[in-house]
Amino acid sequence: MWLEPILMTIIVASTPLMLAAIGELVVERSGVLNLGIEGMMIMGAVCAFAVAMTTDNGFFGVVAGMLAGMAMAAIFGSLVLGLATNQVATGLALTLFGLGLSGVIGESYVGESRSGLPRLDIPGLSDLPVIGRVLFGQDALVYLSFAIVAGVAFFLYRTRAGLALRACGDNHDSAHSIGYPVLRIRFLAVLFGGACAGLAGAFMSLSYTPLWIKEMTAGRGWIALALVVFASWMPWRVALGAYLFGAITILQFHGQAWGLGIPAQVMTALPYLATIVVLVIISSERARARANTPLCLGKPFVAER
Amino acid sequence: MKKVFVAAAAAFALSAAAASADDPIRAGFVYVGPIGDHGWTYQHNAGRLAVEEAFGDKVETSYVEDVSEGPDAERVIRQMAEDGHDIVFTTSFGFMNPTARVAERFPDVKFEHATGYRRADNLATYDARFYEGRYIIGQIAAQMSESGILGYVASYPIPEVVSGINSYMLGAQSIDPDIEIRIIWVNSWYDPGREADAATALIDQGADVLSQHTDSPAALQVAQERGVYAFGQASDMIRFAPDRQLTAIVDDWSDYYIERVQAVMDGTWESGVVWGGLDSGMVVMAPYTNMPDEVAEMAAETEESIRSGEFHPFTGPIYNQAGEEVIGEGEVLSDEQIHSMDWYVQGIEDTLPN
Amino acid sequence: MRLELERRPEQSRLMLFLSPVMAIAITVLVGALVFAVAGINPLRGLYVYFLSPFERMWSIQELMVKAAPLIIIALGLALCFQASVWNIGAEGQYTLGAIFGGYIALTFADGPAYVVLPAMMLAGMVGGLLWAGIPAVLKTVFRANEILTSLMLTYVALLVLDYLVRGPWRDPMGFAFPETAIFTAAATLPELTADGRLHLGVVFALALVVVFALALPTTLRGFEIRVAGNAPKAARFAGFGLSATILFVFLASGALAGLAGIAEVSGTVHQLLPTISPGYGFTAIIVAFLGRLNPVGILVAGLVLSLSYIGGELAQMRLGLPLDVAMVFQGILLFSLLACDTLIYYRVRLVGRQRVAERGDVA
Repeated sequence: MWLEPILMTIIVASTPLMLAAIGELVVERSGVLNLGIEGMMIMGAVCAFAVAMTTDNGFFGVVAGMLAGMAMAAIFGSLVLGLATNQVATGLALTLFGLGLSGVIGESYVGESRSGLPRLDIPGLSDLPVIGRVLFGQDALVYLSFAIVAGVAFFLYRTRAGLALRACGDNHDSAHSIGYPVLRIRFLAVLFGGACAGLAGAFMSLSYTPLWIKEMTAGRGWIALALVVFASWMPWRVALGAYLFGAITILQFHGQAWGLGIPAQVMTALPYLATIVVLVIISSERARARANTPLCLGKPFVAER
Repeated sequence: MKKVFVAAAAAFALSAAAASADDPIRAGFVYVGPIGDHGWTYQHNAGRLAVEEAFGDKVETSYVEDVSEGPDAERVIRQMAEDGHDIVFTTSFGFMNPTARVAERFPDVKFEHATGYRRADNLATYDARFYEGRYIIGQIAAQMSESGILGYVASYPIPEVVSGINSYMLGAQSIDPDIEIRIIWVNSWYDPGREADAATALIDQGADVLSQHTDSPAALQVAQERGVYAFGQASDMIRFAPDRQLTAIVDDWSDYYIERVQAVMDGTWESGVVWGGLDSGMVVMAPYTNMPDEVAEMAAETEESIRSGEFHPFTGPIYNQAGEEVIGEGEVLSDEQIHSMDWYVQGIEDTLPN
Repeated sequence: MRLELERRPEQSRLMLFLSPVMAIAITVLVGALVFAVAGINPLRGLYVYFLSPFERMWSIQELMVKAAPLIIIALGLALCFQASVWNIGAEGQYTLGAIFGGYIALTFADGPAYVVLPAMMLAGMVGGLLWAGIPAVLKTVFRANEILTSLMLTYVALLVLDYLVRGPWRDPMGFAFPETAIFTAAATLPELTADGRLHLGVVFALALVVVFALALPTTLRGFEIRVAGNAPKAARFAGFGLSATILFVFLASGALAGLAGIAEVSGTVHQLLPTISPGYGFTAIIVAFLGRLNPVGILVAGLVLSLSYIGGELAQMRLGLPLDVAMVFQGILLFSLLACDTLIYYRVRLVGRQRVAERGDVA
């Protein structure tokens, strides 16, 4: 059966994008633009791998990756929220900082290998044809990625806290005047974004390719950033975007292996072009896209007294 | 402004004069990637460490890693020369023209450029005949494959990679003339995720032996997990696929670097071209593992006959994709033809950009 | 205890000067610490990192050569950012500039320099402008967000260059290696000194800083851009088109990035290669904000970033400081520069401990 393995690969390729993007979505929904996803991700990757190697326990590794992402996010949050520094520049500096620090931490782990995270097979269901392994034979982080998307969707639209968070992103002054602690909400959102980026990194170094080498996230943080926009800040569309991007990446590899005779550069460009095209098409539903765009994105908030 | 310049020039002249015969030889290395890439740069850096090991106090080495091939290269190379290095190794093709420009300005400093073709009295080039190893693993692959389909994870279509694919295919065809190959270009030297994806896609299309010309061990891990065979690249990657790595083509620059630094010490350094293969120790085959004894014996025999010069992987008759004879029976491709290879041998179903 | 910010009624003149001084002080302290941890004499470390690039004339020129593309690109990006247009695809626009200009250089290699060079620069600007035009049109016509489109187009641009250099534009004399022919003298921006690489592109950067510093605050266009960024509704109300402004800033920044691309290729690389930029288009985003979107600020920020990269190279070469540590240090340097900037606009107060102190518990 040729479909099943392709689907399995697509899931693996899409999961880190989806994890990082759903975190950034919450951050942006609170009105903060963090361009440091790549830096948080790579720190998540290295810390997850280092801890998993040292303790010989994948779970501890995942937790460490998450915490590392959060620690990076805390630096970012302290600067842009505590000191109202420029968000774009601070995020880019965070990426530089993370790439460097991850290299320092990971130096002694280059050349080490471990086996991937255990798959959580669900007895009975995993044996179903085609969809069995695809739906019920993944590792925990894949399930977690969908749980997070569902959780974020629920949180944003069905809870008071989610309402408060969106209020901060749409108009921080009025959110402040009705008594929401804008900075605290944003800081928590930034931490959540860091945790998700850290998880995405942990998935890279523990499951996708269970090893550590420098710069192994290879720009996926940037793709995640673009996917939030692709999703028009709607949680389920993040999943759609991540899987679209992942699917086209994998399918173009298959296209090459079939020997279609199209230059490799054209094939490689397909996922980028496809996301642009789809974005243009879905952006035509103007009202909805605009309703979800956080109006205060990237603007610092300082309480006036 | 002029004054500053004169003063600076004088200071430079002074510092140059101060260098005496007892001073250690200084060797500089300019790397294109991070030394933590576990691939190309990692192996060059291993060569640098071997130089330090071999000469101790008599040598001082320094390096700059992750130097972009664009505008930055010339500055870094020049800084190496300005800082009083006696010999500078620049280890990526993209450094060729910057190295040549700096070499012109510093006639007393020796320069060594890896994989290029521009030379001068103080600029030598060196490269390894990786295609020799590729022929051997092609033979092994054809022996080990049950599906008759080989997978190849490739980086960029430069002559080194193309000649590697051709040699691999010729080796495989020498065992099984009908063998098929599937090639995926990941357009990167270095992106473990994409390399793993490409490896998986190849396996999903029926390939049961993987070879790669990218740097990370990701494809080996996929092979281990999926239960197909694979070959390591640049370094011995057996730790990443203990049950599945058949062998690896290892780059070993240590002997060459030691020899060239020694030549500078002795004052016998001369420019030239070195293209070292199995015989020079620049290309080393990792132990033949996870295969039946007779396959390992065959591989060892081929290795020996290439090393001794008895056999050349590009021996005619060789046909290109269009079926035209490139060289006839008994002839051998010239080094120049191999070094600038931009065509596939017959039997490869893939298209090269032109 | 926590920090609280209070907006100053107007920018603090004192802090305008004090903030860089504080940033330098923090950098020196942190740098000394980083060097000490890495086992390097802190004084020597600081000297090598920050002062040794000034030791020789050629190396001072390198500072300017490296800063020039950053400054040119950042000037354009500052226009976008002031109008709240998030063009993060300058790297792609830079690349297309190099491709368009490179086409002229390769096709009319034997023409007279006074025709070929201006034509190259013009073509470079057109290339960058067209590439920026795609996200600009997608934004104004289809409302497609430019963060995604400009970023994705960057990857596409790099692949276009890769394809050309490995395929149709490959140097026929180059043994099938991925490079174009080396540009002829007529297609090479003249170097201005015998000793170094200072080329005409650096003059472009300086001239553009002057033009921007003089023109932007006084022209109607400059005013429209600022209003469009701060109050898009007001802009529409005042009667000038938001779309026109978006198009203008996008195309202008694309043209500048394209100019930077062709100037860099013609001035330093002298040919097209698969890699022609060490990420200038992304670093320029930092430069734009570090320079507070102000032309003179961008000039200074470009030089600071350039120094931090070249210093990092020297620290690797002379001190054996790993690149990773240099990057960590660079990150901290940027953090402290950005943090100190806050003091210009805000008063920082420590809340909590201060209250405790008022009660007289600490004395």
